[in-house]
Amino acid sequence: MIHNGGQVTYENKGDTLLIRVRGEIDHHSAATVRKSIDDRIVAERPERVLLELSAVDFMDSSGLGLIMGRFALVKQYCGTLAVLDPSPAVIKIMKLAGMERMVSVLRTKSKIEG
Amino acid sequence: MKNRVDFTAAVENEMEWRLPSLSVNEGIARAGVALFCAQLNPTALELADIKCAVSEAVTNCIVHAYRDTVGEIRITVKLCEGRLISIEIRDRGCGIADVKQAREPLFTTDAEGERSGMGFTVMESFCDELRVSSRPGKGTAVTLLKRLHK
Repeated sequence: MIHNGGQVTYENKGDTLLIRVRGEIDHHSAATVRKSIDDRIVAERPERVLLELSAVDFMDSSGLGLIMGRFALVKQYCGTLAVLDPSPAVIKIMKLAGMERMVSVLRTKSKIEG
Repeated sequence: MKNRVDFTAAVENEMEWRLPSLSVNEGIARAGVALFCAQLNPTALELADIKCAVSEAVTNCIVHAYRDTVGEIRITVKLCEGRLISIEIRDRGCGIADVKQAREPLFTTDAEGERSGMGFTVMESFCDELRVSSRPGKGTAVTLLKRLHK
């Protein structure tokens, strides 16, 4: 498949909303992903959001905007957002933008329980 | 500081592609360019860098150059002697008034659209050299230069 982006799944664990994004994140797919995530966050206002990006095999700077936008949305109601298990493609571009200094990056799935 | 790439090397193979500035073509453009470059047997990392840089350049055409319209994006890929790749992405859109400012990290004219302002920085970081020429009202040409491992 040439364009394989925009698949989002959700799992609630107590006060935490775990959001898994798979496939490719670019400007095209980010619009759909953004709408889906925002609808869910606005409806539930979870205390903690974990954005799991281990299955994202492509991400360009549109993904940075996607992460920062969700970070700002959650912060509006004093929630927290962290990126969980970013794939090599994700972490490379996050590092380039210095985004790790703003958004927490968690490396192991066991931290969901913490 | 990266060394300036000498791109006077002979062209061994060339591809030219014209696509309308539809966002669905972002993935198609980067996949097509990567497929053409794959004949040089690049590493997975080199190919990922090329895809990301192409995606940024094509997205700029769609989001900025042809903001509320659909225009033509012309992509020219040249595979040159010595494992050198030149990728030119050209539009006939609105152009960039101040290229130096546009290349600054985090600069964006579209903050509401959640653009990070990192497009040119990504292109610059993932390639060996980035050339940008633009004329307001006439369009922009971005050339990505990448040297593959020996």
